[in-house]
This record gives sequence, structure tokens and C-alpha cells, in this order.
Amino acid sequence: MKTKSLIYYALISSIFLFSLVSIWKILVTLQGVELKNLNFTIIITLGISISLLNLLIGDKLNYLIKSTFFALIFTFVDGYIVQVMPIWYNIGIFAILIFYSLKINKYNQEYLASEHSSQIVVFDFLTLFGIVLFSFVILFPFYMMLITSFKTQAALLINPLDFSINFNQDFKELFKSYFVIFDTYKFGRYILISTIVSVGTVIVTLVFAIPAAYAVARLNFFGKNFLSTSILIIYMFPAIVLVIPLYTVFSQLGLRNSVGGLLIVYTATTLPVAIYMLQGYFRSIPKELEEAAIMDKLNWFGIIIKIILPLSIPAISSVALYVFMIAWNEFLFSLMFLDNPNSFTLSRAIQYLSGDAETPRQYLMAGSVVVTIPVLLIFVYFEKYLVSGLTAGSVKG
Amino acid sequence: MSDTLSKIEKRTAYVLILPAVFLVFSIILFPIFANVWISFKEVGLKDIRIPEPRAKKIVKSIKDNPDQLKVIYKLRNSSLILEIRDVKFQDKLPKNIKPINLDERCMFKSNKIFCEFGNWEAKYKENFQILLKSSDGKTINKKELKTIKPKLTGKSDNILLNTNFTLKNFKKVFFQNEFFDLLSTTFYYTFFGTIGSIVFGILTAQLVNQKFFGRTFMRSVLLFPYVGPVVALAYTWELLLDPYSGTLNNLLMNFQVIQEPLNLLGQKYLTINFFGFDLKLRLALTTVIIFEIWRYFPLAFLFILARLQAVPKELYEAADVDGAGPLQKFINITLPQITAVISILFMIRFIWNFNKFEDIFLLTGGASGTRTLPINVYEQGFTISDIGMGSAVSIVIVALLLISMFVYFKLIGKRADEN
Repeated sequence: MKTKSLIYYALISSIFLFSLVSIWKILVTLQGVELKNLNFTIIITLGISISLLNLLIGDKLNYLIKSTFFALIFTFVDGYIVQVMPIWYNIGIFAILIFYSLKINKYNQEYLASEHSSQIVVFDFLTLFGIVLFSFVILFPFYMMLITSFKTQAALLINPLDFSINFNQDFKELFKSYFVIFDTYKFGRYILISTIVSVGTVIVTLVFAIPAAYAVARLNFFGKNFLSTSILIIYMFPAIVLVIPLYTVFSQLGLRNSVGGLLIVYTATTLPVAIYMLQGYFRSIPKELEEAAIMDKLNWFGIIIKIILPLSIPAISSVALYVFMIAWNEFLFSLMFLDNPNSFTLSRAIQYLSGDAETPRQYLMAGSVVVTIPVLLIFVYFEKYLVSGLTAGSVKG
Repeated sequence: MSDTLSKIEKRTAYVLILPAVFLVFSIILFPIFANVWISFKEVGLKDIRIPEPRAKKIVKSIKDNPDQLKVIYKLRNSSLILEIRDVKFQDKLPKNIKPINLDERCMFKSNKIFCEFGNWEAKYKENFQILLKSSDGKTINKKELKTIKPKLTGKSDNILLNTNFTLKNFKKVFFQNEFFDLLSTTFYYTFFGTIGSIVFGILTAQLVNQKFFGRTFMRSVLLFPYVGPVVALAYTWELLLDPYSGTLNNLLMNFQVIQEPLNLLGQKYLTINFFGFDLKLRLALTTVIIFEIWRYFPLAFLFILARLQAVPKELYEAADVDGAGPLQKFINITLPQITAVISILFMIRFIWNFNKFEDIFLLTGGASGTRTLPINVYEQGFTISDIGMGSAVSIVIVALLLISMFVYFKLIGKRADEN
């Protein structure tokens, strides 16, 4: 066994343990439990002792018994000697310790003696640490968004760290923010407008993009190469530089505050990506099928409808989902073009709501939950399609 | 024979592609050129409205005279700045009603009143009256009269279409607009946002490329910030970071990490004592950059992960045989394999971050040292209502973008030649 590996192992594993315990403590604090200290020295000392004990005991004890033993010691010291905590806190700590003990179980004296063992230890724990930390950092704002929407402004002012939800109150009280945003702030209407705009954008974009992508993928014409490179360059161009001319023209044409105006802009901005993604897929369809169709005297319309479309359902649905998500999340143009509350999209409505300093934050968060949930659901459900699309075309953002 | 076929093919191709090209041209390329035009003009937000002649129709009955009516048209020029020339007026009357003592500018013909009002200067107003008399002795239906709307036409200059040009806007952009402040803020934001998202992308891709329980779940979760709506995420962060009621500050104070709440989005500088040196950190800008990284590292993550999964396993097995450790494997195998992806990502993210508007706008509104060029476009155009200035800043953005793209392609082109 090398000393360097041993030190790395003991230190890094206990820092990992400390971060796990700290995240649990943060979550517990947010339930309104008073907890003022993360006890860095105590936890690190305990962690180092457990990791060293683990090496000493090795295989002499069954690993389950060993883990339970470690977990019990830690839970007793942390939840009884250092501070007295509620039972559910200790159950969480116990579970974390079982997980940790099982993780360090694979390290024994021989393992630490092998070549590169110190590096491997560092990499192993950094991986674990990274997984825990990244999940926490990413999910935490989403968690807070959801939880805040169930609280009241008054309760949060009294104790800004108490995010516990009282499930005993009746259904209407619990979902009050949601009732308010639908009743008072007309969110039903905004959902409808957002849906119309997004679905409309998807349909119009596909109608324009499918023939264009087919032409780029299959037909020879003058300016084809120029076109396919300019698609990519146009795709890189920023929306912010389009805003002023579009605003002036749309004002003069009376297209502001209209679903139609938004539809045109969204379609134009998503077309380049859609064409780029679709033509890539169309190229992969065997040419022989179309040659047979030409023999049968089908024209291009027939070819697209009867041959290309049925074969490219996956690609088309991935483009459709994509365009939907871009249009649903879009903010800049809806900010510029909509100033009449009757034609707001969801994003614009939430921004408008936040402009009033009096708006209680739980309403703002309830609105945010309403706009976020459809996108996340679509994303999780169709992830396979979307991920391949993301890497092929990559959403603008 | 084949000639005609290829002609047909060409024609079909143009038919298929023209609608899309037309739309993209009119909504994306046309505005970029229009920006050049507008940026050389002195145009405010209020000049955009085309001046219109307007008339509000009021119908009044006359006392003691039931078969006569008075119609008042409140005429005005909607513009406060521009004149309207050759204003023509037309209104229809119901049958059997005639005007009496008609104004000399007007004439009555086949149930219609035609008037020529000549030129209206800016802010022009007039109350124009017509007396109506029923020719068959019946009382006039007031409602019917009201529902008929008068038609007005007139010619006016469109301030956007005239040919008065000025260099004022560009002078202002470079000399009165704290241009170098803007440029440096934009550069900091773009550069550190890009580097940060790529670094975190590499780290997370490296993580997810290993096998562990819940790996597919982890992959979805990592993409959440990228697919979530920016409005919802920005406001959630704003609440989390609020100096008084925000969760982050309260947690940090609860665990005694800080004594005083930090105004992470509202404070321009934070002085940190670092071994006796006072370092000034641009606090709000840093926070905005962190949000940027949080939201956009998933793109880097996806690209790099896709590349990592395509690295042949044999390379790592060979390295194992040679006794290489994890660090050596990462430096000697993984990194060279992903450099191409990283350089593409760097360009994409650099350009997009350079143009990012929503994130900063929603988090700070451009206050406390976070004003970037895109934010300035909005401020000039819509807060200060100077459309010409806004366009001029847009033009500067496009120019800088083209320069950086050119430099990038030069470098990449060189590298490609070397390989």
C-alpha cells in the first residue's frame, strides 16, 4: 500500500461524504428545520476514520454488516451527540452512509497498492462527486420553482428558508397560485395562444422546409452549393439585429400584436435549421426508390408525399418537436411584437407579470411551472429523437 | 433528351425552394440590409407611425327642428411631425338625405359627400360640420348615420423612405455611448461564458460516458437547463439570488459562510481581499456569466458526448496495456479526439453568446455593469426610443461578428490545411 494513495483515498472519500451530507443538510434546512452548522471538521474526521476502518476491517466482515455498522456509528454521532435531529433526518443520513460505505467497500489494501491507484481513486470520487453535484446544481432551481409555487408570500417572509409544504390544507388552498393565475391573470388564454403559435410554426415550417430540403438533397440546380452554405451562415445570424427593422416594418404593416406576425418570424428563423436537418436525412434514403417512382410517372409532389414522407417520419417528428420547443420558449420577438395583453404568449405574459413589483412571487413561479412543464415532458418523452436532432442541427440558443 | 430532363429538374428545384428562400430572405436578410439604411437616419420610435388623416364622426340632433341633423367630423392629422398632402374625404349618406349649405371644399353626388381638404400640417385639427336634411320629411335614423364611417386618404412622406442621411448615429455609437465599456463587457461575457460552458461540457460528458446506475436519467437532467424556457429559468434564478428573501443568501448566512447578504445581480463590483491585495470582481457580470454557463453547457456536453462515444475502445485498451493512468489517458487520447468538436463549439457558442439578449435582459436588464451590445440595441431603440441609434449598434454587432467569423475561418482553414 502506498502512502500517497492512502492519503488521497482517505481525504477525497471523506470530502465526498461531506458534500453528500451537506446537500442533505441543505435540503433539510429548506424544510424549516433549524440547522446552523455544516460541522466540517467533525464530518471530515468521521469520514476519514470510517474510510480507514474500512481498510482495517477489509473482508473480515460481511460487507452489508460492515456498511450498517459504519452507518450506525455515523448517524449516532451526527444525529445524537453533535445535535439532536428529527428521525427522518437521521434516516436520510443513514441511507447516505450505507451508499457511501458500499462505494468505499471496493477499496482495500491491495487495491491501493496497485499502479496508478491514487489517480484512479481521485477519478472515481470525482466522478461520483460530479454526478451528485451536477444533479443538485441543475435540479435545485427547478425544485425551488415548483416548491415556491405552493407557498405564500407571507409564509416566505416569516421564514425564507421554510419551503415545507403543508399537505393537510385542502386542495384549493394548496394550488391557490395556480387557480389565481388562471382566474385572475387569464393564463388559460396565454396557453392557448402559445399553443396556436407553436403548433402553427411547426406546420408552416414543415410545409416550407420539406420541399426545400428535398430539392437541396436530391435535385441539381444552379446555386445549390451556395444555398446550402448560406443556410448555415444565416442560422448563425443573431435575432437581436433583426429586431429593429422588423419592428418598424411590422408596425407599419399592422402586424404587431398578431399571431400571424409571430408565426411569420418564427417560421423564418427556424427554417434554416429545419432544412438543414431534413436534407441530411433525405440524403440517407436510397435513391432507387425515387427512380422507380419516376418510372411510374410520379411528379415531385407525388414523390415527396408517397415516398419521402413515409420514410422520414422519425426525422420529421424530431424537427417538429424541435421547432415546437423553439417557438414555445421564444422570448425576444414576443417581447418586441406584443404589447397588448390580449395577444400575449406565455413567456411574454410571465415577463409582464414580473414587471409589476406587487406580483407575489408564488404566482410568478406558478406561471413558470406552467410554461416549463410541457417542454420538459416533451423532452423527456421524446428524448431519443431530440438528442439525435440536437447534435445534428443543434437548437439555436 | 437529358437536356430537357435537367431543365425540368432545375425548374422543379426552384419551385420547391423558392417559398422558403423568399421567406428567409424577407425576414432575415432584408432586415440586415434595412439596418444599414436605418442606421444612417435620424429616426425615433414615434416617427415610425405613418401619418394618417383621421375623422371622428359625431351626430347631433338640432333643437326645434326634427328633420334636420348636424354631423360633426373631428378631423386631425395623427402625426405630430409630418404633414399630409392632398387629403381627400368621402362619406356616404343614407337615401333621401341631403346636405344643406355644404362647405365649398365639398360636393354632393349620388348619395356621397366628396371633399378635398388640401394639405394638413403636423398636429392639424379641425371640426368640420355638415347640416343634413331629410328630403322626404321623415325623421333621420341617427344610428344608421353613425354606422357609416367616412373614408380619408392622403399622401405623406415616410420618414424611413426619404433620402436624408446622417452620420450622427455612428458618431454617437463610438464617442458618446461608452463604446469601449460596452465592448469589453460583451467580450468578457462572451469569452468566459463560452470557455465555461465548454469546460463544464467536457467534465459532464466525461462523467456520463462512464457506466453507472441512472446514467440515462442523468443525461436527460443535464439537458434540462438548455430546453427549459428562458423566462421561467431567469426568474427562478432571480428569486434564488435575491439579497433579502432569496434562498441562496439565506442559506449562506444560515451556515455562516457570509455575514452580510450579497446582491449578486445588483452590485457592480465586489472587493475581495486576496493576500493583502484588493481585487475588484465584477459581481453582477460574474453572476450573469454563471447563469449563462449553467444554461448552455448542455450543448457542449451533447456534442462532446457524441464524439466521446465514437472514440474507438481499442485506443483505451492499448493505453491500459502500456500502463497509462486515467490522467494520461485523458490527456493523450480523449483530448486530441475532441479538439475538433471543441473548436466548432467554441465558434458556435462564441457567436451565440455574443448576441445573447434574453438572459441578461431578464436577469439584470443591463444594470450594474452587465450592459452588452445586444442589450444596448434594445435600450437605444426602445428605452431611449432612438431607432436610428439602435440600428447603428446592430450594424456594429454584425460587423464585429463578420470579422470574428472571418478570423475564425482563416484559422480553421489553416489548421485544416496543415492536417
